[in-house]
Amino acid sequence: MRIASFGIFILLVFGCGLTALAQDDPIDMVESEIVLPAPASKVIALNHKYDIGEILDVSWESSTSDPELVFGYIIYRSEGDNKFDSVGAVLSKINSFSDEELIPGKSYNYQIGTIGASGVALSEPSEPAIPDWELFNLEMWNIALIGFIICGAVIAYIFSAKAGRKLFIRKIGGLEALEEAVGRATEMGRPILFIPGIQDMDDVQTLAAITILGKVARVVADYDSKIMMPVSRSLVMTSARETIKEAYLSAGRPDAYSDDMAYYVTDEQFGYVAAVNGLMVREKPATCLYLGAFFAESLILSETGNSIGAIQIAGTARPGQLPFFVAACDYTLIGEELFAASAYLSGDPKQLGSLKGQDLGKVVAMVAIVLGTLAATLASAWDIEIMQKFLDNVMLGIFSNH
Amino acid sequence: MEQFGIWLAALLTIGIISFLYKDNILYKACEAIFVGVSAGYWFVTYFWDNLYRKFYLGIQGAELSDQIFLWMAVALGVMMLTRLFDKIGWLSRWPLAFIIGATAGLYMMTYFVSNAFVQIGATITPPPSMETIGDKISFVLIAIGTFCGLIYFFFSKEHKGAFGGAAKVGIWFLMVTFGASFGYTVMSRMSLMLGRFDFLFGEWLGLIK
Repeated sequence: MRIASFGIFILLVFGCGLTALAQDDPIDMVESEIVLPAPASKVIALNHKYDIGEILDVSWESSTSDPELVFGYIIYRSEGDNKFDSVGAVLSKINSFSDEELIPGKSYNYQIGTIGASGVALSEPSEPAIPDWELFNLEMWNIALIGFIICGAVIAYIFSAKAGRKLFIRKIGGLEALEEAVGRATEMGRPILFIPGIQDMDDVQTLAAITILGKVARVVADYDSKIMMPVSRSLVMTSARETIKEAYLSAGRPDAYSDDMAYYVTDEQFGYVAAVNGLMVREKPATCLYLGAFFAESLILSETGNSIGAIQIAGTARPGQLPFFVAACDYTLIGEELFAASAYLSGDPKQLGSLKGQDLGKVVAMVAIVLGTLAATLASAWDIEIMQKFLDNVMLGIFSNH
Repeated sequence: MEQFGIWLAALLTIGIISFLYKDNILYKACEAIFVGVSAGYWFVTYFWDNLYRKFYLGIQGAELSDQIFLWMAVALGVMMLTRLFDKIGWLSRWPLAFIIGATAGLYMMTYFVSNAFVQIGATITPPPSMETIGDKISFVLIAIGTFCGLIYFFFSKEHKGAFGGAAKVGIWFLMVTFGASFGYTVMSRMSLMLGRFDFLFGEWLGLIK
C-alpha cells in the first residue's frame, strides 16, 4: 500500500510538477482510506509591512509528521467565499509564504496543504487578513533622519545665499583655465568645441554642462570667438541654443548669435562620435570642452582632441570614464567638481546652497567613518564589547539600508 | 545577399579604421552613412515605440485614468514643438521642467541610499575576517581613502595645510583607482578590437578558420 501510494506521489510530483499539483483541487487529493501526514497548524496571515497594500505574509507551524515523509506545502487562498484555490507551493523546510499582487482592502483566508506520500492534508483556515498600505516606511527612519539634516542644511544655505550672505566655494583648477582656453582659441582664430555628453536633459550632468555652457558662451561672445556644439539629443540642442542665445544677449551681441552654433547630429552613440571626430580634424578647434555624461566615447574624443593639439578641459561624474579624461585632457573636473563648477560659475543661490548642504553631508560621512573605524578597530584589537555594540547598534544601525 | 552584407560591413569597418591614418574620403563617406542611417533609425524607432505603440495602441481600450496620462504626455510633447513659434516658445520650458523635476524626484532616494548610506555603511563594516595583516591593512586603507577622498571633494574650505595634505592623499587614492580602471577598460576594448579583426580576417577574408 505504502509503495503504491509513493508511486502515485511520484507520478503527481515528477509527472505534473509541483506547480501543476498546486493547481489541483485539494479536496480531490485527500484519500480517506490512506494515512495522511499531520496537517500544518496555526496558520496566520498578516499584512506585509511597508508595501503598497498588495502583499499578505502567511506563516504556519510545520507538520508534526516525520519530516522525511513531508514533501512540501501548498498554499490555498479564499476570497471570503470559502472556496480555496492554490496560489503557490513551497518545500517542506519552509513555513512561510508571501502572497503578492492582491487587491488592497480585500479580505483573504488561507489554508495550508501538507503534501505527504499518501496525499495532501489540509489545515484549518486562517483568520481573515486584509492587505493594507502604509504612507511611511518606519524601517527607513535613519535615511529620513540624515535626509532631514542635509535637506534642512541645503534649504538654510539657500535662504542664506538669497539673503545676500556670501557663500565660500574653493577655487576649482579646471575652471580657472576656462577663460584662458577661450582666449587661446580667440588668439589662434580657431573655434571652441563644446560637447555636453551624450545623455538627455533628464541627466543632472547634462544640466550642469548647460549651466557651464552659459558662462563659456558669455566669454566666447565677449571675445568674439566661435563656438561649435554638436549634440546627440534634440532636447539638449534646444536648451543649448537658448543658453547661448541668452549669453550673447547679455554680452550685448545678439546679432552675432546663430542657431547653427548648437546642432543635432544623431542619437546613436558612435555615429555621433564619428561625426564629432570628423569635425575636430577638419575644423581643428583650439579648445575642446567635454562636460557632462560620457560613456565609451570619452577616450575616442579626448584622444582625437589631443592629436589636433587642442587644449582640453573635461568633466564628468561617471567614474568609469574619468581615467580616460585624466589621461588625455589638460584639466579634468572629477565627479562632484562638475556640479561645484556649475554652482561656482552660475552664482545661483539654489546651486550654491545645495553644494554647501552637501558639504555638510560629507562632514556627517567623515565623522561616521572616523567613529565607525575607531569602534571596529577597538572592538577587534582589544575585544572591547561596548565598542562592538556601538558599531553594530548605533553606527551600522544608522548607516544601513533596511 | 549574406555575402553582400559581409562585404558592406567589412568595407565600412575599414573605412572607419582608416581614420587612424588620417581623415580621408572613405572615412567621410562612412561617417555620413553612419550618421544618416542612425539618425533615420532613431527617428523611426521613436515614432513606432512612442507614438504608435505606447500612444496609439495604448490608448485603445485603456481606462479613463490611463487615457488621461497618455494625453498628458501628448500635450507635453506638443508643447515642446511650440519652440518653433517665437510668441509661444516659452511653453516648451514646461515639459523640460516636468522631465527634470520628475527625474530628480524619482532618483533622489535611490541615489541617496546607494551613493551615500550604503557606501558609509560598507566603509565602517569590518571585513568578515581580520585575521591576517592584509585584512587589517585593507580595512584601514579603505577608511583612510574614503575619508581623504571626501576631504578632496569638500568645497567649503581651501586645500591648505593639513587639510590640503589630506586632500592630496585623497587625490592619490583616486588616481590609483583610475589607473586600475583604465587598465581594466583598455583590456575590454582590446577584446572588442579582436572581435572586429576576427570578423575581417575570419568571416570576410576567410583567413581564420
